[in-house]
Amino acid sequence: MKRMILQGILGLSVLGLMTQGICAESNRLVIQGSTTVLPIAQNCAEVFMQNNPKIDISVRGGGSGTGMAALVDGICDIADSSRPIKSKELEKAVSRKVDPVAHVVAMDGIAVIVNTSNPVSKLSLAQLKNIYTGKVSNWSQLGGENKELVVISRDVASGTYECFSKLALKKARVRPDALLQASNAAVLSTVKRTKGAIGYVGMGYLSSDVKGLSVDGVRPSIETVQKGTYPISRPLFMYTNGKPKGLAKDFIDFVLSEDGQRIVGKQGFVSLK
Amino acid sequence: MKRERRENLIQKIFCLFSMLSILFLLGIVIVLFKEGLPIFRKISLVKFLSGRLWYPTYEPPDFGILPLLLGSLWVTLGALIIAVPLGVSAAIYISEAAQPRIKGLIKPVIELLAGIPSVVYGFFGMVIVAPWVQNFFGLPVGLNAFTASILLGIMAIPTITSISEDAISSVPKSFKEASYALGANRWETTVKITVPAAASGISTAIILGMGRAVGETMTVLMVAGGAAVIPRSIFRPVRTMTATIAAEMGETVVGGDHYHALFAIAIVLFMMTLVFNIIADLLAQRFRRRLR
Repeated sequence: MKRMILQGILGLSVLGLMTQGICAESNRLVIQGSTTVLPIAQNCAEVFMQNNPKIDISVRGGGSGTGMAALVDGICDIADSSRPIKSKELEKAVSRKVDPVAHVVAMDGIAVIVNTSNPVSKLSLAQLKNIYTGKVSNWSQLGGENKELVVISRDVASGTYECFSKLALKKARVRPDALLQASNAAVLSTVKRTKGAIGYVGMGYLSSDVKGLSVDGVRPSIETVQKGTYPISRPLFMYTNGKPKGLAKDFIDFVLSEDGQRIVGKQGFVSLK
Repeated sequence: MKRERRENLIQKIFCLFSMLSILFLLGIVIVLFKEGLPIFRKISLVKFLSGRLWYPTYEPPDFGILPLLLGSLWVTLGALIIAVPLGVSAAIYISEAAQPRIKGLIKPVIELLAGIPSVVYGFFGMVIVAPWVQNFFGLPVGLNAFTASILLGIMAIPTITSISEDAISSVPKSFKEASYALGANRWETTVKITVPAAASGISTAIILGMGRAVGETMTVLMVAGGAAVIPRSIFRPVRTMTATIAAEMGETVVGGDHYHALFAIAIVLFMMTLVFNIIADLLAQRFRRRLR
């Protein structure tokens, strides 16, 4: 019994030390937010820590909204976001005397994907909108086989969804019977296994398991997103509180450097240059 | 004297720990209601529960959770149809018919099922069960209420089996002896005496299994498909309340209507599981009284 109590006390004191470690700042950077930006932040952090062994960067996902809330609450130093800050979030930030500053770190195109067995290889934005709003429900109406469309969307609050909704659907409501998947990887896996499926993922997730469709005659690729001709593309952000200082500045400078942008490209996103 | 004081101290410490869980529960309930109730300033409770459209991020938004409520109920019902016969008959076999060696093997294995993380079930469902369901029934997509029900059913089996088994084996020996004395054989005794005597205990097990199924999140998020419509058949994708909260909470604006609506869904879920637990508890009490 005595031993158990001792162990308990030991455990608590270890916990105490750990939390103290979190509170002691200076060579620690906390990044949180969009799962889309996560692979960029994660890989950049790994390389950055290799170059600067004394520095400890912790990267978390959770979503753009979570990241922004964490930035406002002072829990993280950099908030990843796949969308610009919302006015409500900005109001809250201002009321807490936080000044969110945006840094565009990469470009992301959203690729529309179908099963590899699907003969359809291009759609117009208007057709895409008809598919996602429920006006079309069979592939034969789009020049494909007589097969029921299985429309796959993302959870209505995800950054990828928000971007797709704005750029491709012009904010029209997605048909209620669309399947909801909670991540890019889940959309990919469902489209891979479902013959009549159509879905959308960040350009970084495009792979040979699925077929990426041309939209309005433009293929989803790095060049078309950089040139701005691909219609469904968007910038990705990192937000800091005020102008970045110290470690946060070093990190963002690194992400924007040639090395950082190479990582962006390696993750399947589109680098800024 | 010293020993007594020490024991007293230990007792107090443990009392504190058990009070902690009450404190946590209280904290959770307070937060749930504090964050969830503000939505009812925007929309009435009846409209919230009976609305057929869930469009929380549009202007103007729609916060109708009927499809989500029905989605949860459908997959839970489906899970019970699978889990109750399997779970209860497994329990009867383990406590009444199995030889000690087989019992020693089956019981821990079934309990092991409960220890598998739900994301593993979800992954298994996505990669193995869903394609199979899709091909076998010739469906456009394998992620649907049926697939979710199968997986939730498997997940609810350990709860149902182990609690039913406890109930069945705690039926007093004298009941059975009386039955045998009247000339009943083993099967008749099991079906007519032991199981009816344990019925309220088994009901407790089923209701707790139901609570497990209705509250399960990760698996249904991965395999139920997630379409927020009132399902036309069990082979259509559905979205449950838990999946909605899990999928949408991450990116919602803290303090916005959508955020409050998600908490309000959590209140509905909490109420449902609370009712389940109260019923289970009442039945368990009745069971104990009857056996006395």
